[in-house]
Amino acid sequence: MAQDFTLTLPDEAATLAFGEKLARVLEPGLNLYLHGDLGAGKTTLVRGILRALGHAGKVKSPTYTLVEPYTVSRLNLYHFDLYRFIDPEEWDAAGFRDYFNPQSLCLVEWPEKAQELLPAPDIDVRIQPMGQGRHIRLIANTDSGKQCLENLNSV
Amino acid sequence: MLILGIESSCDETGLALYDTKQGLLSHALHSQIEMHAEYGGVVPELASRDHIRRALPLTRHVLNQAGKTLQDIDGIAYTQGPGLSGALLVGTSIAEALAFSLNLPTIGVHHLEGHLLAPLLEANPPAFPFVALLVSGGHTQLMRVSAIGDYELLGDTLDDAAGEAFDKTAKLLGLSYPGGPAISRLASQGTAGACQLPRPMLNNGDLNFSFSGLKTAVLTLVNQYGNQLDEQAKADIAYEFQEAVTEVLTKKCMAALRNTGLDQLIVSGGVGANARLRERLDAATKRRHCHVHYPRLEFCTDNGAMIAFAGAMRMQHAHISDHGFTVRPRWDLAELQTP
Repeated sequence: MAQDFTLTLPDEAATLAFGEKLARVLEPGLNLYLHGDLGAGKTTLVRGILRALGHAGKVKSPTYTLVEPYTVSRLNLYHFDLYRFIDPEEWDAAGFRDYFNPQSLCLVEWPEKAQELLPAPDIDVRIQPMGQGRHIRLIANTDSGKQCLENLNSV
Repeated sequence: MLILGIESSCDETGLALYDTKQGLLSHALHSQIEMHAEYGGVVPELASRDHIRRALPLTRHVLNQAGKTLQDIDGIAYTQGPGLSGALLVGTSIAEALAFSLNLPTIGVHHLEGHLLAPLLEANPPAFPFVALLVSGGHTQLMRVSAIGDYELLGDTLDDAAGEAFDKTAKLLGLSYPGGPAISRLASQGTAGACQLPRPMLNNGDLNFSFSGLKTAVLTLVNQYGNQLDEQAKADIAYEFQEAVTEVLTKKCMAALRNTGLDQLIVSGGVGANARLRERLDAATKRRHCHVHYPRLEFCTDNGAMIAFAGAMRMQHAHISDHGFTVRPRWDLAELQTP
């Protein structure tokens, strides 16, 4: 099964389009970490995913609210942003552990801020700026993550 | 009627006493900004712990300042949301416990309603209706305000708030938190036209905002400068960034006035303290024969006075509380109703 998926995204529209493609293979219960510096396009990717899942409203940055919940067609999606965390213990204090369950899809920006307290990711998504474009790499860490990337290859 | 106001939604603990006949009697603030500065943002757990330490000494302080005692208070207003839940719970529990022991009514205030009404604490306040721009680290909204509790959302950010864009741009430039004052200081050394940033959503015909792309454009500029990113280059970026944000905010405010046919604008929230934004809004409203109102600088950011005031406005209409309470970390302003 596929463990790795890489792609070059020339612009923001391509990031959104890739998010829409990724949405088709995401299943409830999956946990994705989104890595990339400020302005890399993590929230843009999430916007593409949510759009494809039928969310018509805004997709605001969760930096200040820490988590934005969405109920979309076939799952509960939680968009976390731990940018403002300084102590991993805040993960427990915030009660975020309860959000991770078989019915929910969790997308976590700045996961390193909660370190090992955060449930391990099925897929690591790394976004790196390359001029105006972005280089995106998905790495599967679990069987369901691998299955997801396998399906992505055939979308 | 004498109202004690308690604000603890984020990183400031604010207490104030507002009298419906005499106006604002006293207010005090403890800011956690220094504590948070080294982390470049607000830390929820730290915020709650600090509110616990500060709330009661500040309460005693505002009472002493006004020459009042706990027995003089007629009601307690507290920020019920939106905000960080741990921080909100501190203010809420203190308010409800104090009110229970003194047998006083309480009222949970929407934090943004507090900001929205803050300019009414000043001399010559605008009469309803007016257009309000709420612009801070967590929000960028244009509202039509017809009465207390009658708020119609005209425009909102589709992604990042303007203040968040300031904070993240400051971080990209290696500046301190909060980003607004740091960017403004540096911008004064910048050269106009030295670099270019987009004006997101400027001419898209609606009143919505988007600042996420602007942050990305700053990242691209920083990468382009590479090793040449010296102090002057940073100042040039800060200048251009501030111009971009304030131009978009100003033009959308003017469009909101035009669309609603109103001639009064109020501006509140932390970004409302930005001098360049005020300069632009002053000029633009003057050209169109409109009026703009701001809260004093210290009431642009979170404070207890605005909560005491909003609570007093609502409590003048009968309000019964059973001292059961809940916080509302996420709460849409448009859900509010007139008292």
